[in-house]
Amino acid sequence: MTAPLAAINDFVVKFANVNGSGSASANSMFAKAVLRMGVPVAVRNIFPSNIQGLPTWFEVRVTGEGHLGRRGGVDMMVAMNPQTWDRDVAEIEPGGYLFYDSTKPMPPSKFRPDINVIGVPLTAICNAAYTVARERQLFKNIIYVGALAALLGIEIEVIEQLLAEQFEGRERLIKANYDALHMGRDWVKDNMAPLGLQVRRADAVGNRIFIEGNQAAGLGAVYGGATVCAWYPITPSTSLAEAFTSYCQELRVDPETGKANFAIVQAEDEIASIGMVIGAGWNGARAFTATSGPGVSLMTEFIGLSYFAEIPAVIFDVQRGGPSTGMPTRTQQADLIGAAYASHGDTKHPMLLPMDPGECFTFAAQAFDLADRLQTTVFVMLDLDMGMNEWLTEPFKWDDSRRMDRGKVMTHDELDAGRDFGRYLDVDGDGIPYRTYPGVHPTRGGYFTRGTSRNPYARYSEEGSVYVDNVQRLLRKFETAKSFVPAPELRPASAPTREGVIYYGSTGPAMHEALGLFERQGRRLDALRIRAFPFSSEVDDFLASHDRIFVVEQNRDAQLRTLLMAENGGDPDRLVPILHFDGTPITARFIVSSISSLMDATQPPGSRPLREAAE
Amino acid sequence: MTYIAKPKLHHPALTPNALGYLRRDYEGSVSTLCAGCGHDSISAAIIQAAYELDLPPHRVAKLSGIGCSSKTPDYFLGNSHGFNTVHGRMPSVLTGANLANHELIYLGVSGDGDSASIGLGQFAHAIRRGVNMTYIVENNGVYGLTKGQFSATSDRGSKSKKGVVNHDAAIDMVSLALQLGATFVARSFSGDKAQLVPLIKAAIRHPGPAFIDTLSPCVQFNNHAGSTKSYDYVREHNEAVNRLDVIADRKPIEVDYEPGTTISVTQHDGSVLSLHKLAEHYDATDRIAAMAYLAERQAEGEIVTGLLYVNPDPGDLHGALGTTDRPLNSLSDAELVPGQAALDRINAGLR
Repeated sequence: MTAPLAAINDFVVKFANVNGSGSASANSMFAKAVLRMGVPVAVRNIFPSNIQGLPTWFEVRVTGEGHLGRRGGVDMMVAMNPQTWDRDVAEIEPGGYLFYDSTKPMPPSKFRPDINVIGVPLTAICNAAYTVARERQLFKNIIYVGALAALLGIEIEVIEQLLAEQFEGRERLIKANYDALHMGRDWVKDNMAPLGLQVRRADAVGNRIFIEGNQAAGLGAVYGGATVCAWYPITPSTSLAEAFTSYCQELRVDPETGKANFAIVQAEDEIASIGMVIGAGWNGARAFTATSGPGVSLMTEFIGLSYFAEIPAVIFDVQRGGPSTGMPTRTQQADLIGAAYASHGDTKHPMLLPMDPGECFTFAAQAFDLADRLQTTVFVMLDLDMGMNEWLTEPFKWDDSRRMDRGKVMTHDELDAGRDFGRYLDVDGDGIPYRTYPGVHPTRGGYFTRGTSRNPYARYSEEGSVYVDNVQRLLRKFETAKSFVPAPELRPASAPTREGVIYYGSTGPAMHEALGLFERQGRRLDALRIRAFPFSSEVDDFLASHDRIFVVEQNRDAQLRTLLMAENGGDPDRLVPILHFDGTPITARFIVSSISSLMDATQPPGSRPLREAAE
Repeated sequence: MTYIAKPKLHHPALTPNALGYLRRDYEGSVSTLCAGCGHDSISAAIIQAAYELDLPPHRVAKLSGIGCSSKTPDYFLGNSHGFNTVHGRMPSVLTGANLANHELIYLGVSGDGDSASIGLGQFAHAIRRGVNMTYIVENNGVYGLTKGQFSATSDRGSKSKKGVVNHDAAIDMVSLALQLGATFVARSFSGDKAQLVPLIKAAIRHPGPAFIDTLSPCVQFNNHAGSTKSYDYVREHNEAVNRLDVIADRKPIEVDYEPGTTISVTQHDGSVLSLHKLAEHYDATDRIAAMAYLAERQAEGEIVTGLLYVNPDPGDLHGALGTTDRPLNSLSDAELVPGQAALDRINAGLR
């Protein structure tokens, strides 16, 4: 018999449930109770593309040290779904715990000798107390929360407080939930001892908030001054547009007139969504759409128009498993190349790569400034992991003196004063021309917008030299973008090293945990977190100063590595792909084992002169 | 070429409109379409309508898709902002533009390929959403720029210039627009300027989705015997149900018709449409009856033209969304960015 696992504030509980059974709110209450005890949690929903009846899981990593990535492995399984019993039981770490509904006896073959079985007769308790079927189902969830609280040392008053907040004003419901909570707790207290896994009150959460990236990005769009949102429902982006809608209703309705300082349209498809965004952007409103990979595929023709006709637009791409319909409810970072070069012809588009809900908020707001300043489509690349899971993040901050940067817009008075206006004229040498808002002046500043080639004064032209000048200017503009977008974040190793890692997006938390483990192993790796495309000069410096760089990504084809090679001359021999793409969020364990084995097995490639000598 | 501006020569007798603009001020670049193209007549009608309505040219946004018809916004209203978008997607771009600033006048110009084939979905959804716009389809039943393929409005049994007989059923955009909730629906003919100009004027003054299907023969590829969109065919089968004689502000102007043959429709903005009935029992305010009558006459091979339906008090998308009276593109930081205090409240609710 393996010794039962024992840990304080450092373990993983996984709930296996049936979709649509009402378990989600009970599970989330469990996680929030741990948070309220001052102990950080990292939660992951693992759910099917389905509404009712299929398996769904909820993983809670209790992490006193504050590791926000997925850990991997399960210390305690709350097995509430007979359909997935076998695989759920198999997933438990040796010495771990299996919590199950023991009302109906299970044959011994259904268990494992190296785990600890905690049977609580949930159905029996429930049926004794309730007669209505729906009540039995919902309260069973609260009963197991009560039982788990007793087993894991979660303070019952904390859960009661959460219930009181959730059902504020509905006293009968609060009372009913309290009763169910205590039924589970009392049964455990009467029949069992607390487990080796314990939650102990701490002060490691601070004033951090717990929020989904999609919700944070929706709020960021409000703060970014977006007034037009056109979207089409698609997992996992839907909750972003919905969050924008509810924040607008809360924050953007004129108190005097009751009228909306925003317009949100659920379009007939993704093509119409981006069409509306581009129409609104052309007409001087800040506009965005939220979508996922399949939506970006549909939007590409319009994205090319935005690039060529130079119209601001913001696209939130909440990435999921591709290609095609792929794995709609699983996470990946597999749209990078598709977004970076979306559309036919030579195009390149800036992308922001937020790491967590905090950056989802700030980058969302910043994207609208960038789109206006660069007069083009700006992508904000979330993914399902950060988009649809609540993460701990620093509270949102806003500088009240900040103003929207609308970029180069020629005003009525400037036009009236006779200032020369050429819509595609590079006046300042940065590749960015001036634009006007339609209707600004009776006789000046009007122009014809088109996706066809045109001269600096917006007149149709198929002259080769005119075309070349224009597309070269667009390259200059892209060069300018490097200094506008968020710079990468460097985490140097504790001692000088010629080896490094590059990572981005939701890989961040797992990588930060892995970096700590590497240091403990004595492995020195400088780490660069890329936060935007095009890559700024700091990225070039990092590429030049390291002999071997592991590029950690959540896709099959090493897409960021490809961009580093294509855009910044990254040497393929020195850029080693570390790829995780099964649809689950990447873990520190995966990163450490993949990189460690490569570091043990091979030396970094020789320095430049040797290589040249070999050639 | 389209970048050649017309010479600024004015006839001394030309009279300015109420805003002081000459008809010439509503013109655009020289057309590059074929001589005799119906589309050029429609451009001329748009210029005439804008001049007569005293529109400030810069307050008009003209949008189009791709195709011969979609090139025309370059040829009228040269002082207006224009947007030649992508094929079949003008309606969504126009919708977005309208959301950003409801104070401009939106003119969507499209063709039967652009709106009935690739863009049928966007056409339908812009109409059913109630976007305040004038949507003109220059309908010639053929793909001109790619040299003579059938379009989705080509009638079954009609013959292409090469002699091929069309076996697909035709999409009737007027019936679609009626069914989808357009609140102003008309059909006209590029060869009948007297009918077309007042219809365009009324459509522009209509504060909701206004659709005009304008038959516009293609002289190169669809003007032969066997075509149902040729000048000759349309002239022979044109059955006008009414004639919109006058559009005036506030009070109707009496015209000299027999009593009982003229009706006045006052639109929401106060403009009055004075309709002279040509078909005895036709009521342009009865949508269901209009649909039935159209179907009936269409089965007889007739092309019904005129103001087919008008709802004088329509809603529009902004009304449905409850947006502010000010253009969204003019709102400032103070109105849009809630600030740290609101963020503090939000943070507090997320712990």
